[in-house]
Amino acid sequence: MIVAKRKPFDEILRMIESHRKVLVAGCGTCVAVCLAGGEKEVAVLAAEIDMARRLKHEPIELGQTTLERQCDREYLAQLDGRAEAYEAIVSLACGVGIQFLAERFPKIPVYPGVDTCGLAVNQDVGWYEERCRSCGRCVLDRTAGICPVTLCAKGLYNGPCGGTNRGSCEIDPEQPCAWYAIHERLKGQGRLDCIRAITPAQEWRDTVPRTLIQPGYRKPEKAKA
Amino acid sequence: MRLSYPANVKIVLVPCTGKVDVMHLLKAIQMGADGVYCVGCLEGACHYNQGNLRCRERVERVREILQEVGLEPDRVRMYNLSSGEAPTFVAYAREMTELIRRLGPNPLKNSQPAIRVEEAA
Repeated sequence: MIVAKRKPFDEILRMIESHRKVLVAGCGTCVAVCLAGGEKEVAVLAAEIDMARRLKHEPIELGQTTLERQCDREYLAQLDGRAEAYEAIVSLACGVGIQFLAERFPKIPVYPGVDTCGLAVNQDVGWYEERCRSCGRCVLDRTAGICPVTLCAKGLYNGPCGGTNRGSCEIDPEQPCAWYAIHERLKGQGRLDCIRAITPAQEWRDTVPRTLIQPGYRKPEKAKA
Repeated sequence: MRLSYPANVKIVLVPCTGKVDVMHLLKAIQMGADGVYCVGCLEGACHYNQGNLRCRERVERVREILQEVGLEPDRVRMYNLSSGEAPTFVAYAREMTELIRRLGPNPLKNSQPAIRVEEAA
């Protein structure tokens, strides 16, 4: 899932310092699961903002809401006619949701309340580890299910580099060498031939915004509002 | 033992301190309570293994939040005792009361929050 972490409170407070009526909008999907931007985190942030502003004798009127998802129009539509009552919105959704919300209400400043950190697995409550950079060209078939783009510090397709050190990466002894792990797992599966062939360099197509249309679907001639 | 403790302490019962949420503590301070403290079982003696440890972490988080918003972190504290220690319970109630008296009233007491919950349509 997408993971994010709450921005420092001072940073959020500075963003909204000129506003007197602000909506705090959470997202009930990925950021709720990773404990950064769901209903509870919205309530905590709203309480923090309220207390800080009252203590500064600059009281603020706040709204709080958590949409099912901020990356779907049908849920954003629930704010139509209500968001306009606010001077600004602080969104606790991932970067995708924040942008889609800002696009829906172009006259209202939308501020990020979280830093989106990537696509990660849940190792334990509150502990997430990145596994995918959504590069658009998956090589996990050849790399024993271990992503070299994400887990190798250099993102090498044909590793390891000279810095591999008894299973660790040269950047940090605590950081496993992805290519050592790939080699060991492939060896265990008797599939070492998978990495004998050279994998060509990644195309830099991920530097432009990508659009995905699933098979059986097509892009509407004009996106519905 | 019929011990008495300061009358300003109002008790909210929870099945285990593990039930206490950040928002419970924060809301009390936000609405003007001068202080809130949690009294849990002794560490290592939780019937549910980690309830009191989870509570301590939440108390610590609330103390950080209070610092960030400009209030004294000591308005929220965590204490531990066993259920048979009535005199310790009284001692903690007195200690917390004295601490809060030194800190003075909660400055948020004089105003009310203006927060509206926008329900999904």
